[in-house]
Amino acid sequence: MSAPIIDVKGLTKVYNGGFEALKGIDLEIRRGEIFALLGPNGAGKTTLISVICGLVNPSSGRVLVDGHDILDDFRAARSRIGLVPQELTSEAFSTVWDTVSFSRGLFGKPKDPAHIEKVLRQLSLWEKRKNRLITLSGGMKRRVLIAKALAHEPQVLFLDEPTAGVDVELRRDMWEVVRGLRQSGVTIILTTHYIEEAEEMAERIGVIRAGELVLVEDKQTLMASLGRKELTLHLREPLSQLPEALAHRSLTLADDGHALVYRYDGADDGEGAIADLLGEVDAAGITFKDLHTRQSSLEEIFVNLVKERT
Amino acid sequence: MNLTSVKTLYRAEMARSLRTILQSVVSPVLSTSLYFVVFGSAIGSRISEVEGIPYGAFIVPGLIMLMLLTQSVSNASFGIFFPRFSGSVYEILSAPISPLEIVLGFVGAAATKSIVLGLIVLGTASLFVPFTIEHPLMMLLFLVLTALTFSLLGFIIGIWADGFEKLQLVPLLVITPLTFLGGTFYSIDMLPPLWQTVTLFNPVVYLVSGFRYSFYGLGDVSVWISLGMILLFMAVALVVIHAIFRSGYRLKP
Repeated sequence: MSAPIIDVKGLTKVYNGGFEALKGIDLEIRRGEIFALLGPNGAGKTTLISVICGLVNPSSGRVLVDGHDILDDFRAARSRIGLVPQELTSEAFSTVWDTVSFSRGLFGKPKDPAHIEKVLRQLSLWEKRKNRLITLSGGMKRRVLIAKALAHEPQVLFLDEPTAGVDVELRRDMWEVVRGLRQSGVTIILTTHYIEEAEEMAERIGVIRAGELVLVEDKQTLMASLGRKELTLHLREPLSQLPEALAHRSLTLADDGHALVYRYDGADDGEGAIADLLGEVDAAGITFKDLHTRQSSLEEIFVNLVKERT
Repeated sequence: MNLTSVKTLYRAEMARSLRTILQSVVSPVLSTSLYFVVFGSAIGSRISEVEGIPYGAFIVPGLIMLMLLTQSVSNASFGIFFPRFSGSVYEILSAPISPLEIVLGFVGAAATKSIVLGLIVLGTASLFVPFTIEHPLMMLLFLVLTALTFSLLGFIIGIWADGFEKLQLVPLLVITPLTFLGGTFYSIDMLPPLWQTVTLFNPVVYLVSGFRYSFYGLGDVSVWISLGMILLFMAVALVVIHAIFRSGYRLKP
């Protein structure tokens, strides 16, 4: 296997006030993967990204980007990185085209209008290229930030909470772009606290909690071991006990027999398991007036995770 | 040296002042011209000569210096403060550029603007009052060194400021009073002896004196002392900026 694109060893960060944001992080990001960093607010996700990108000085430890130290060889390290920050920040009065071109120049790349055009079109910003940033909506501004990060053709793209407060359309466009980038060999690291997002996009998931990396695992493994789903059928007639025909299913009665609850792994959804179950319920002569499903949230996964590992 | 990055920063800063040409060019030129009209043409004709120079002409170097100092400080301080304020500074800090290159971009642009303004005001002044420039090269040297030094000071203020008030504080409460008391409108020989001594602690005295020397061949202090002082100020500013980037003060936690 080739050397990791990002190699973090023993990284700590203690802020001036004494707050320990990172407590010895070791992490290797594989070349070309999509890696999701999960964690509650204040866990250290943004600090970790900020150290790698050069926005925050590390207290100890080291970070290599494509083999280049972020401090001793910062030019080589940073020129490989594109960062989309969490907060919408922009030079309000310049135009979309100018600000994206500025980003490319700032990273020392020669002018390339064709590349800028490609990026703007990918993000549906082409029509808005002459607009001043102050006139754009929040979603559009986020697109601009992504375009800025892609302007210098980075090998690694950091997306810090990319879909916080973003509408469905932008989210779809964004994942489209991310997939395209991945295909062209760009490594993508995103932070999020939405499990669905990590589930949909990432190949590997790292969970960070109170400045420590609690685990790093392939998504499949993580979802199978930790994700739980629950289907609840609200029955027309209450049942006193489970019918014989359904005994082989791990079903439970709830709400004084008014509800039938089916719990299953997040990993084996689809595959017709639910349809089969509903068929059997119907065949057993049980009618229901409503149903709902719920998925364990990251919050719950965390609780489980933290319980398990401590 | 990453020239493309420096040029990009420099051009973006220059473009910003072109977008606000009324505020960044027209307004300082107009307000300085008003001084020439009032103190030069109108009142100046009733004031006797200072050291053999008509009053209107005498105040030209000092007024250009006044404009140069305030514009350099406010241009450079706003240039770096605004991205910090809006948050877009993240991009500059994450770019593959050294602190020196960041300073070159921002301070270079601010100093360029001040120098251009200085030359415009010089041209405007000649419309109102007749004057001569005995040492044009020395004049340009002072113009460039002063613009650079006070743009560096402005850069420091732009990093130190945590709000718009502090940003205005230094130009209004420090630079302007020091310039008014620094021999812009008078020769320090006209002050009582005690105040002549006190005045020597005012750094602006050396700038105005040296600049005036390049016009009329005479100043309050030797031109070489003036030149030495401005180089000293520049060195101090560079040391402070070096310390800022070293410690990450207000830029990198």
